[in-house]
Amino acid sequence: MSQKNLVNDISRRKLIDSCFAILGLLIIFVAIFILLGLVLQILIEGLPRLTPQFFVSFPSRKAEQAGILSAWVGTSLVMFVTACVAIPLGIASGVYLEEYARKNWLSAIIEINVTNLAGVPSIVYGLLALGLFVYQFQLGQSVLTAGLTLALLILPVVIVTTREAIRAIPISLREASYAVGATKWQTVWDHILPYSSGSILTGIIIGLARAIGQTAPLITIGALTFIAFLPESPLNNEFPFLPLEMTFPFFNFQQFFAWLNAPFTVLPIQMFTWVSRPEQEFQVNAAAAGTVLLIMTLGINGIAIYLRYRLRQGIKW
Amino acid sequence: MTPILSKDNRNGQISHSAFRNIRESIIEFALFLAALSSVGTTFGILYILVTESWLFFQQVPILNFLTDTQWTPLFNDKHYGILPLLSGTLVTSAVALWVAIPLGTIVAIYLSEFAPAKLREWVKPILELLAAIPTVVYGYFALLVVTPLLQKVFTNLPTFNMLSGGLVMGLMILPLVSSICEDAMRAVPVVLKEGSYAMGATRLQTALKVVFPAAISGVGAAYILGASRAVGETMIVAIASGLLPNLTLNPLEQGATITAYIAQVSLGDLPHGTVEYQTIFAAGLTLVIITLILNIIGYFLAKRYREIY
Repeated sequence: MSQKNLVNDISRRKLIDSCFAILGLLIIFVAIFILLGLVLQILIEGLPRLTPQFFVSFPSRKAEQAGILSAWVGTSLVMFVTACVAIPLGIASGVYLEEYARKNWLSAIIEINVTNLAGVPSIVYGLLALGLFVYQFQLGQSVLTAGLTLALLILPVVIVTTREAIRAIPISLREASYAVGATKWQTVWDHILPYSSGSILTGIIIGLARAIGQTAPLITIGALTFIAFLPESPLNNEFPFLPLEMTFPFFNFQQFFAWLNAPFTVLPIQMFTWVSRPEQEFQVNAAAAGTVLLIMTLGINGIAIYLRYRLRQGIKW
Repeated sequence: MTPILSKDNRNGQISHSAFRNIRESIIEFALFLAALSSVGTTFGILYILVTESWLFFQQVPILNFLTDTQWTPLFNDKHYGILPLLSGTLVTSAVALWVAIPLGTIVAIYLSEFAPAKLREWVKPILELLAAIPTVVYGYFALLVVTPLLQKVFTNLPTFNMLSGGLVMGLMILPLVSSICEDAMRAVPVVLKEGSYAMGATRLQTALKVVFPAAISGVGAAYILGASRAVGETMIVAIASGLLPNLTLNPLEQGATITAYIAQVSLGDLPHGTVEYQTIFAAGLTLVIITLILNIIGYFLAKRYREIY
């Protein structure tokens, strides 16, 4: 090959190289712009509809009067149950797998299981809940069933992030704790969990943000699509507000936990029913509900990403 | 305060440590039970799907289920052939992967080999953020934004079609695929790249001939994960692709996927124990088997092509 050919060849390769760089940049920006455009579109459609009235009205047959009261109350209640179940269960599993589990077939099975569960389609969790919680355990199509379903769904996320957080803590910390005579649990509770709490929190937030947007599993267990009432309040109207009674057991548990058995709807389902209606006016409502959903999930995820960024900078072992 | 090692305090010490030991083992057992909950979930899924499908297959022969070309369990003339639902799932997933795999790979190569660190720091969180958008919102985009746009190109495109559902689904999977691909490519040891550069290769040549093959196991895993996400996605296709089971491979038509069928039927009030009720579990079992096969393929791909550096 003559020198001229070689120079030509090199410049051709460099040209291809920079063409690819431009192509890559272009695709990234186009993809981000398309998605931002779609988000913007829904915001423009939905924002004018977001009046205070929209948040305090029940869904209605008339599009202008319809609101998302039952939907956001349902979403908050379901999320509360989900958090109460998924957080302790997930952290406990993570701690067991990382700190206690011996290397044997049982822990291997649990490990493989957690990874596999993360790949199970969300609607299958809905089928599980329909068969198991609704019909076998007779929990009904209730807030409790929905909360449990979503808790199982996000459990792998919480477990995996807990394990990663714990693994990042250096062994010297544990050794120091054991050296002063602490037991395993004291080491975990007083040292390992506090130090890893930031990263665990990030995982929990991401998991809950994922749960908020879930529609399919809740449709499957039979969440209602039209609901114009709220679950019974656990509190009394008058002082002292807690449902105290004169007779034993002095505390009205039935009233306090009645909301767990209430039928419900959630924001994504409300949006889904509005999208599927042919009338144009309802699609404005769908956009408004979508805007609320987007602000919630993107906001929560943004907090998680910010937290992770802060944590990565802050701690150096 | 008595010295800890004094003779008269020994009994107190023993009972104290015995109490500690008991507490420790109770806690360990409780943690173990929590860890078992994931295994319990898997068994629950298998148990429910298999028992309900078992009842279904006692009424509908499995051969019928696999070969009948119509799926009309809700009509008077009942047919239980899974093929139309399978074709719908296949078409929408294929469209989604046609978008997500090439674009995701290019984005990953760009981010790992070309992009300045600053840009990568900005783009990765944005991609992650976009991956968190609820799928029902993506369904809204597909039906009310993308379909009207597509109808300008394909003039006789029906309102519900598998193309727009698939395209938007591809857009949804794109961040996932590119993020995992990028992680895999970044894990390739720098010495391999340096060796390639030392031979006079450009960045693109290094990326395609050294980094990509070295990362192929991770990249393959990302593709498989994207595929199983596409197969299991419900809301986008339920909103945008229609609910009419249709045995076709043409993405311009409407068609129902397995997941869309399950969602559609669940919306009505299904009487427990009827064949209609059992169909959603049979469909769910099919879905789980498909994702399981994908996972196994992914596992063997990763094993076969794992490079040892």
